[in-house]
Amino acid sequence: MSVPAPDDRGESRVPHVEFAGVDKSYDGENLVVRGLDLAVERGEFLTLLGPSGSGKTTCLMMLAGFEAPTAGTIRIAGRPIQDLPPHRRGIGMVFQNYALFPHMTVGGNLAFPLEVRGVEPSLRRERVKRALSLVQLEGLEDRRPAQLSGGQQQRVAIARALVFEPEIVLMDEPLGALDRRLREEMQYEIRRIHSTLGVTVVYVTHDQQEAMTLSDRVAVFHNGVIEQAASPEVLYEEPEKAFVARFIGENNRLDGVVVSDEDGVCEVDIGGQKVRAMSLGLCPPGARTTVVIRPERVAVAPPDGRYRNEIETRIDDMIFLGDHLRLHMTVGGASDFIAKIPNVVGHGAVLPGDTVRVGWAALDCRALVPEELAEGEEEW
Amino acid sequence: MGPRLRAAGLALPLVAFVSVTFLGPMVNLLTKSFYDPEVADALPETMAALRDWDGQGTPSDEAFAATAREFVAARTERTLGRTANRVNRVASGMRSTIMGGSREMAEAAAVAEDAGVEMGGAFWRETMIGIDSRWGGPEPWRALRAAGQRLTARHYLKALDFERGPDGGYQRAPEAWRIYVPLFWRTFLVSLGVTLLCLVIGYPVAHMIANSPPKRANVLLLLVLLPFWTSLLVRTTSWIVLLQNQGIVNDFLVAIGLIGDDGRIAMIYNMTGTFVAMTHVLLPFLVLPLYSVMRAIPPAYMNAAVSLGATPFQALRRVYWPQTLPGVGAGCLLTFILAIGYYITPALVGGQSGQLISNMIAYHVQTSLNWGLAAALAALLLGGVTLLYVVYDRLVGIDRIGLG
Repeated sequence: MSVPAPDDRGESRVPHVEFAGVDKSYDGENLVVRGLDLAVERGEFLTLLGPSGSGKTTCLMMLAGFEAPTAGTIRIAGRPIQDLPPHRRGIGMVFQNYALFPHMTVGGNLAFPLEVRGVEPSLRRERVKRALSLVQLEGLEDRRPAQLSGGQQQRVAIARALVFEPEIVLMDEPLGALDRRLREEMQYEIRRIHSTLGVTVVYVTHDQQEAMTLSDRVAVFHNGVIEQAASPEVLYEEPEKAFVARFIGENNRLDGVVVSDEDGVCEVDIGGQKVRAMSLGLCPPGARTTVVIRPERVAVAPPDGRYRNEIETRIDDMIFLGDHLRLHMTVGGASDFIAKIPNVVGHGAVLPGDTVRVGWAALDCRALVPEELAEGEEEW
Repeated sequence: MGPRLRAAGLALPLVAFVSVTFLGPMVNLLTKSFYDPEVADALPETMAALRDWDGQGTPSDEAFAATAREFVAARTERTLGRTANRVNRVASGMRSTIMGGSREMAEAAAVAEDAGVEMGGAFWRETMIGIDSRWGGPEPWRALRAAGQRLTARHYLKALDFERGPDGGYQRAPEAWRIYVPLFWRTFLVSLGVTLLCLVIGYPVAHMIANSPPKRANVLLLLVLLPFWTSLLVRTTSWIVLLQNQGIVNDFLVAIGLIGDDGRIAMIYNMTGTFVAMTHVLLPFLVLPLYSVMRAIPPAYMNAAVSLGATPFQALRRVYWPQTLPGVGAGCLLTFILAIGYYITPALVGGQSGQLISNMIAYHVQTSLNWGLAAALAALLLGGVTLLYVVYDRLVGIDRIGLG
């Protein structure tokens, strides 16, 4: 399938899946998805991550063909697909609650996509067998879905989405119904299948840990737009939006005003205290900003002069969590400032009520555009 | 008194009500289909005398004497008419034979008494054959004896279009004279047709309601249920307004020039009327079970089927339809059973050609007063429905029925 790129700039690589300026509205008034641009490379594992109602499932449904974009184009291998009905898109899909046909056996479920494609019976049987062995469920052809455990049903659903050898597989929160242990096992399983088959996977979840575990790249959705799309490492270490910093992992947030900006480091006034942070050129001096710093990058009682940011504060509370301790303190007016210190020898005997000095590197904190919380939005 | 017993006591009023108003009358009526003591009770001596008769020629002199005595006595008590009616149902013409004959027998008895003649068996044989030569043959005696059997299958035989042959045995009535079996067939076919029509109309409706957002689904469901809250009589008669010769539909068709004024279509008082009105009345009984089953089927199944490459039609046939089968079964069984016993609608809009077996049962209950035959017809209908139920249970399993 070699289709020239729409803008012929000599680029031979056409994204496998491409959203270009896609809007979606259900009521003609509120946009669920706004101006979405997203490209997925062949063989990539891309996760759409976001809170519920952020538009990620809508994107998946548009790609599968169950919803039509209000504006914009979706292309597969460079070819627009809006006129292609869902059954001719050749996209495998795993649904939230598996959607295994209850009146068919496992074998019947797996053979279904082959039957409707007119694959002859002998070949069908062989491919069903192969798909079952891919998900390690050999010999369960004659069971009914209701006779399987949740994890087994999940495997069958995955096998069914793969049995007709689609190039793109969509997964809509496939692990949502499983318990934690099984979920982790299945995450591993999905990774293994992805690397074995090399298919392009678009995965939807609201579980950031799941997204980090599985994905080559994660697109963080918020209110119908992609806040940032990058590898898990980049999302964690270099968030570009305050929402991403808040949503991925845990972050301390300090609201203040930029005082100066020199050589990529800016000085921020946080309730009278000065904090130095990485400037991304987002906030000019005088602008309001949110400085984010990971709790595990905060050191308690560091050697003098090691960090450019040092603040005296009182420990409000301490929670013992086995391998680490969480210290709650008030910094710059924010009472929810947290430091995570590993429970190693000599972590320093601190107690609630103690006044301590905490410090962190300017490199570890970033000055981002403050997040305007939409009214009534759920706080994460 | 234990708590369970007390709890059961709460159901007692209902049990009593159902027993008195439903079970009792039903058992009583069904009993009449095979148990008919009236003639036997009215003419006990005649029956005793006929018991040893071999059915050939004429019975013994004692039988003549007993029959005449009892006829005359019953005539005086004015109970003979009912008995004669019963016998007449076994063999037509017997009513006039008995009623007319008994008057002359009474007169003959009076004359003989005045003359002092001994009224023995030989006397009555001669007198009765003299009054009506038919008493000299076996037919009236066979009819009397048959009517006098307490336990009898004759109602059932009649309901299955068997008639008494000249030799006293039963044989199938000639084609043109058969009434009930063709009517059973017609009832069966109409019910089947109405059920299928309801299914064809109701399936998409139920699907639409089940897949509408809750607010719209409620409105649509209301529209389906609305007819339920209207009197059956009103619904049926409004079809008369619509479909009659000078009705709205015909007027409209004439107005738009589709048919001429002299070519008005007969849509009511015939089979068409029965079909249309019954389908309308019974539609909710199919839509509701279907709806409740369909509502439980997540739309993800159809999406899954389509995403796996099935065309919408394939998805419907292979994935959706099989999952709605419990609802289809429940709805069709319910509709069919209701249709097979339908009375008021065919009676009002069916005319002659649109009558069903229940109309015939009503006729025998209300007009001909042949309750035994009515009961036999009803019993056959009940048996048929039960058989159907059992077959369905064997094939599909009644527990798979989904009424929601």
